[in-house]
Amino acid sequence: MELVEAIILSVLAASTPLLIAATGELVTERSGVLNLGVEGMMIVGAACGFGGAWLTGSIFVGALFGIVAGTLMSLMFALMALGLAVNQVATGLALTILGVGLSGLIGAGFVGERITPAAHLNIPGLTDIPLVGRVLFGEDAFIYFSIALIIGVWWFLYRTRAGLILRACGDNHISAHALGYPVLHIRTLAVMFGGACAGLAGAYLPLAYTPFFIPGMTAGRGWIALALVVFASWRPGRLVVGAYLFGAVTILQLHAQGWGVGIPSQFMSALPYLATVIVLVLLSRARTGGSTAPAALGTVFVPDR
Amino acid sequence: MKKSLLALVAGLLLAGNVSAASAADKLKVGFIYLGPIGDLGWTYQHELARQALVKELGDKIETTYLENVPEGPDAERAIEQLVRAGNKLIFTTSFGYMDPTLKVAKKYPNVHFEHATGYKRDKNMSTYSAKWYQGRYIQGLIAAKMSKSGVLGYIGSFPIPEVVSGINATILAAQTINPNIKVKIIWANTWFDPGKEADAAKALIDQGADIIMQHTDSPAAMQIASERGKLAFGQDSEMIKFGPKTQLTSILDTWGSYYIERVKAELDGTWKSEDSWGGLDSHLFAMAPYTNMPDDVKKIAEDAQAAITAGKLHPFKCPVIGQDGKEIECKGGANLADGQILGMNFYVKGIDDKLPGK
Amino acid sequence: MQLVLEKRAERSNTIALVSPLIAIGLTIVTMTILFAILGKNPFLALQAYFVAPLIDSYSLQEIAVKATPLVMIAIGLSLCYLANAWNIGAEGQFLIGAVAGSWIAVKTQGTDAGPWVLPAMLVLAAAAGALYALIPAICKVKFGASEILTSLMLVYVADLLLDYLVRGPWRDPNGFNFPTTAEFDPVATVPLLIEGGRLHLGSIIALLVVAAAAILLGRTIKGFEIRVVGAAPRAARFGGFNANQLIILTFAVSGALAGLAGIIEVAGPVGHLQPGISPGYGFTAIIVAFLGRLNPIGILIAGLFLALTFIGGEQAQIAMKIPLDVTKVFQGILLFYVLACDSLILYRFKLVFPSRQVARGAG
Repeated sequence: MELVEAIILSVLAASTPLLIAATGELVTERSGVLNLGVEGMMIVGAACGFGGAWLTGSIFVGALFGIVAGTLMSLMFALMALGLAVNQVATGLALTILGVGLSGLIGAGFVGERITPAAHLNIPGLTDIPLVGRVLFGEDAFIYFSIALIIGVWWFLYRTRAGLILRACGDNHISAHALGYPVLHIRTLAVMFGGACAGLAGAYLPLAYTPFFIPGMTAGRGWIALALVVFASWRPGRLVVGAYLFGAVTILQLHAQGWGVGIPSQFMSALPYLATVIVLVLLSRARTGGSTAPAALGTVFVPDR
Repeated sequence: MKKSLLALVAGLLLAGNVSAASAADKLKVGFIYLGPIGDLGWTYQHELARQALVKELGDKIETTYLENVPEGPDAERAIEQLVRAGNKLIFTTSFGYMDPTLKVAKKYPNVHFEHATGYKRDKNMSTYSAKWYQGRYIQGLIAAKMSKSGVLGYIGSFPIPEVVSGINATILAAQTINPNIKVKIIWANTWFDPGKEADAAKALIDQGADIIMQHTDSPAAMQIASERGKLAFGQDSEMIKFGPKTQLTSILDTWGSYYIERVKAELDGTWKSEDSWGGLDSHLFAMAPYTNMPDDVKKIAEDAQAAITAGKLHPFKCPVIGQDGKEIECKGGANLADGQILGMNFYVKGIDDKLPGK
Repeated sequence: MQLVLEKRAERSNTIALVSPLIAIGLTIVTMTILFAILGKNPFLALQAYFVAPLIDSYSLQEIAVKATPLVMIAIGLSLCYLANAWNIGAEGQFLIGAVAGSWIAVKTQGTDAGPWVLPAMLVLAAAAGALYALIPAICKVKFGASEILTSLMLVYVADLLLDYLVRGPWRDPNGFNFPTTAEFDPVATVPLLIEGGRLHLGSIIALLVVAAAAILLGRTIKGFEIRVVGAAPRAARFGGFNANQLIILTFAVSGALAGLAGIIEVAGPVGHLQPGISPGYGFTAIIVAFLGRLNPIGILIAGLFLALTFIGGEQAQIAMKIPLDVTKVFQGILLFYVLACDSLILYRFKLVFPSRQVARGAG
């Protein structure tokens, strides 16, 4: 039983950076913009987040640094892809190259330094409840925040007028524009939200997960976040399931090895990706009339005047 | 007018020559690194060694490095670039550079190459590596002494012989203290992904391991062990900063003295192609101070280190029993032959896991 | 005050020629500032990046070697993108091609198989790359699944398959258990063009591919179809062009080219199959395709230019001790500027003042 609790704790921690980054990208994509630069924004968030925490000694300040850094990166993307109508795929990839380089330059100053990681909640009585105590009442602030974030995004997208408008931009920017909505402004805000989330997700790694900074420490998590958005077919509820499922497969793969299950570890590692493809096909098939993706995803929009 | 222009050109050429001459006086030594110099592990240790080299011989040599060189089609070009920049002695510091180094070595017979951890050599290409399994043996003794649960957790990178021989040496040593010792092995399939290394450490601890050993590069596993109040061994570099109450010892890659020795040989004109595979008696690796353990355990470790250094103790002393219960053919007299250790692809008895790819 | 874009009535040919120069100029200005901040001599640094690699034959050869896979993959991708089919998974198709071609090399190792080996490897690699690319294409056409993401996911699967093979069944029996196949036999190796160099037959193949693409797009009905479907899907439908068929076709062609590039890289510069045979060629090629404006000749130039920055980056590291991270920043900034300036070909920038009310529903 303790093992189950421990596995759940590991899964939550492993899933959280994916969930935060994917939540941001989900909002971006819902507005019709495909930003493939999540990895680049995350790694800059990781470097700046650690730098902030290391300089000030505050995890909170570190997280803010990460958010600001991710937002600034996303603004560069917005300027290019929205302001100048440059192809989004190419811009996103260029953003990742730039981000990897920038994070190395920023991080060079504090490689090898360490900080005290984010504290875990501890409520005497509650945290000690067997099995569920630590899972529910013993996490770090990032984990609680990530759940609040995804609920907030769900509420925003489906229960507010602003969310409806944002989705309208993603589904048909020409109609949205015709109705008088400032498509590019809305998309810029969505891209910035995505950048802020990616920066925070990147900062989570050195602030809570492994409290030191090493170049390249995001190790491809930004790309997985992109996959999760599709896996979730652009729905917040499914995104939570997808992120935790992905985290669970990753962690259980390690446990299976510890138990001596003799399946090639490469096969286990490939499972989440294969599962994403299959889910994508099944979901797309279930809906007549094609994909569930925002119809205008990735297309350039230049308002006529 | 024409004259002054000529003079100017001549002056420029001369200036060029002068600077070239002063640079030519110094021996140029090049390094190819796999990771960024700030990886805190493998590449970081090579970089520290390069800095030690510069400190020692800086007035006679000039060093250059290329970092983050992937072990693919780019490696050959990177090495050749160093040759063309005038480097006369080039250290290529990862296994995957073996074939590219050999190709470039054949092309430039007057340049000397040193390749880390490979097995192909040439007239102008040496190899160097360390018998880290000796250090792993000592760690096995400490681990068995310090473990309360009798379960060791081992994070492997890839099932290559260096890692497999390390696991075997650990378990052989541990069995001399606790014949029923168990080891749980998780392959991270990466040298470097702090998050994944941390996850692997968590999984091992959750499955009952109370000593964490790693053959991956980052200090993530050390930190997890420290958070959970368990004990752990470092890898490549001194990691005590990440676990002051956790690190028992660490196998330190100390390439510095080797680099100094080889560069001196190059300067004296006595450089020869060699196969250096040094153990504790060489300076190719060292054990970090034995910490966080009682004195009797410390003494066992120190005695074993002394015995191995003196050549009295060999981790792979025959008979070595394989996983299937059969004795491994003893090709090295009293011990397994070096070739058997360098190509090790079996687990010894007592490991109930399957070696991947077997 | 606000910056807005206005579509030009027709693309500006003057700007099409000038825009790369503006971009390079802007990059030079930006990098000069960055180098000055880092305390490096900007003049020497820029010389190491742009000039030094161009003035000796060795570096020129290396630029060609580095550009070869990039150009081949990017040509295939450009066909996809022109037809509005978004293949992001060229990296996976590259790896699968390398794996499939290597299968023949591994199986014929040490036998007296004749000179048919290399051609067979090339054909099989192209076929495998095409088939692998057909997975996302068919998922798209049959089920409407986003090809951007399925093709991206399949990259990881290909990577892990390669990893499994070289660590398991195909491992060199004399290789001390290291994850690599044995060196390929001479009949399974791409021949060199210049003795002692690294320039290989693959570069010629890449040039042929560029020429073929230029003819396809410029002179054939199929090429016309591809461009129309991408640029004006509705018109294409009225014209009776089948967009789905073109998605399948362009994905297959780009997969085949990526697969071919994969085996050429393995049987050429690398010489054996191992993990890490691609330093991200499949993704870099996407950038090459856009830098080259999806035009075959443009892609050739863009591929060579990007290769130049890689080679120059190494020379800057050697000569000036400029960290690799600076080279990445440099590449990122350069790409941004080039893409931004290219936007001027189709659009005009205009400053709008908020006092001017934008009419609702205009357009």
